[in-house]
Amino acid sequence: MSGVLLSVEDAVVDLPTPRGNLRAVDHVDLAVDAGKTLGIVGESGCGKTMLSRTILQLLPKKAKLSGRVMFDGQDLLKLSPEKLRKLRGRSLAVVFQDPMTSLNPVLTIGTQLIETIQEHLELGLAQARQRSIELLAAVGIPAPEQRLAQYPHQLSGGMRQRVAIAVALSCEPQLLIADEPTTALDVTIQAQILDLLAREQQRRHMAMIIITHDLGVVAGRTDEVAVMYAGRVVERAPTPLLFKQMRMPYTEALLAALPKLDAAPHTPLPAISGRPPDQTRPLKGCSFSPRCRYAAGRCNTEKPSLRAEAPQHFYACFHPIAAGVDA
Amino acid sequence: MATLELALEDEAGATPAGRRRRLGTLFWIAIGWMALVFAVAIFADLLPLPSPTDMDMLERRAPISAEHWLGTDGLGRDELSRLIYGARISLIVGLCAPVIGVTIGGALGMLAGYFRGRFESFVVGSMDVLLAFPPLILALAVTAYLGQSIFNLTCILGVLGIPAFMRVARAATLSLARREFVIAAQALGATHTRILLRELLPNVLLPLLAFFLLGVAVTIVVEGSLSFLGLGVPPPISSWGSMIGEGRESLDVAPQLAFIPAIAMFLTVLSFNLIGDTIRALTDPRQGAL
Repeated sequence: MSGVLLSVEDAVVDLPTPRGNLRAVDHVDLAVDAGKTLGIVGESGCGKTMLSRTILQLLPKKAKLSGRVMFDGQDLLKLSPEKLRKLRGRSLAVVFQDPMTSLNPVLTIGTQLIETIQEHLELGLAQARQRSIELLAAVGIPAPEQRLAQYPHQLSGGMRQRVAIAVALSCEPQLLIADEPTTALDVTIQAQILDLLAREQQRRHMAMIIITHDLGVVAGRTDEVAVMYAGRVVERAPTPLLFKQMRMPYTEALLAALPKLDAAPHTPLPAISGRPPDQTRPLKGCSFSPRCRYAAGRCNTEKPSLRAEAPQHFYACFHPIAAGVDA
Repeated sequence: MATLELALEDEAGATPAGRRRRLGTLFWIAIGWMALVFAVAIFADLLPLPSPTDMDMLERRAPISAEHWLGTDGLGRDELSRLIYGARISLIVGLCAPVIGVTIGGALGMLAGYFRGRFESFVVGSMDVLLAFPPLILALAVTAYLGQSIFNLTCILGVLGIPAFMRVARAATLSLARREFVIAAQALGATHTRILLRELLPNVLLPLLAFFLLGVAVTIVVEGSLSFLGLGVPPPISSWGSMIGEGRESLDVAPQLAFIPAIAMFLTVLSFNLIGDTIRALTDPRQGAL
């Protein structure tokens, strides 16, 4: 399998709010090849989750969406609800940030897993049970047979997230969307969960989208990274290229805001000052300009468009960080 | 339940005792009284009781004696026997009417909370109309039109209970429907029916069950009020409400005729409330913790 599995073309999502129209996703273009991993990075409220809901076609009812979402050659926006539902069950799955809420609190792990498997793979109870045990073992849960009878609240956060991943993997998806899969977990567990996702992705040859605010999460584990700010993709490049020569000041600022182990004690963390812009009141110029240390002249009056530098490196900035300058 | 379970895991060895202590003595007394009332109501025919409708005009308003354990009423009928057969009516009406309410109200509330939109506005609006209508007037009108029977009484009280159950179910569904496990199920291609029945219903059931028990208590009281007013079950069938109503005529000479059924009703309603409250308290932290 190769070629483009999912492509999002010119997607715009508008959410009506009491304070006016909120453009959560602003002309986003993305593509994920089969078997590849895309990282979407950005701070809270920049439209990452809305973008993932756009791909799943699970936006709030009031949201207005335009553009195209092509999955495996089909336009998801044009599919009937029934066909869409079947496609989702067969090919798409999602892992959420908070494993406390992504599992049903009153059903046992076994019930949740077995029923999903029975529904999708049309297996008998005994076979589905056997598969559940295999899946739980595959996601690294010790004593899987005993876990089947337990409720989510009896498991630790890391275990719960493993179960959520097992449920997502149960229907053999072609594309797995991991929406901040490690944000609610202990740092010690984060790497394990990310390794687990990478391992299962390799084994099943599925495509994956990792959504996170942590550049460190995507660094070693993605093929391509898209940096989002205020609903737009502001920089997009293959992962090694992005970290080698980032162009967008926002990407640089995000990276600088990561705590470093080798920094001297009591070094202040270079946080990005200010807040993301109010998306119900769009700025005329670049959305990042009020917080950008390179902003000047044009930045406040004109919106930079996404342009290509190298064939695969795109960024939206009038004053990109010069090549060769260390980020 | 979550906090309870976690606490138990911490102190191994104190498992069932810890749970019982938390429930409290009052809860078990309430359970005991309920068991007694249910037992005598179910096995009333097997108990060595005089018929509740046999009149003994020579023994009217007899005091408590070995022959009549609780004395006799104004027509010389055995008070204990009438009390036990009356428990049957109170429990049948008290249980069946909330079942109607919880089924229809629960279903409407879940659908309204899950699908939202116009359907929700319609359901909530029509329930508000039903709530605004004076219940006693409605009961009076229906019994006057359709006649007095246990079936009619149960139906009226059931319909009157629908709005409250609808509200409980809708509120619970609203808070659950946006949870990520529902979105995860949708992302896995689950149908609306599946999400409603398998994902949401088990969650909504707990608050509904607690509310159901409170509904039983309220219904028993309302049935008593209707029977007291002569709108309940037709005579000579006894119900606690009608017994209190009949006892009212002789409050000065034989106050026990009104007070004994009143005490029975009081204890039963109190028991239902206590059990309902305890179950609600047990389910609440679980909702909060997760």
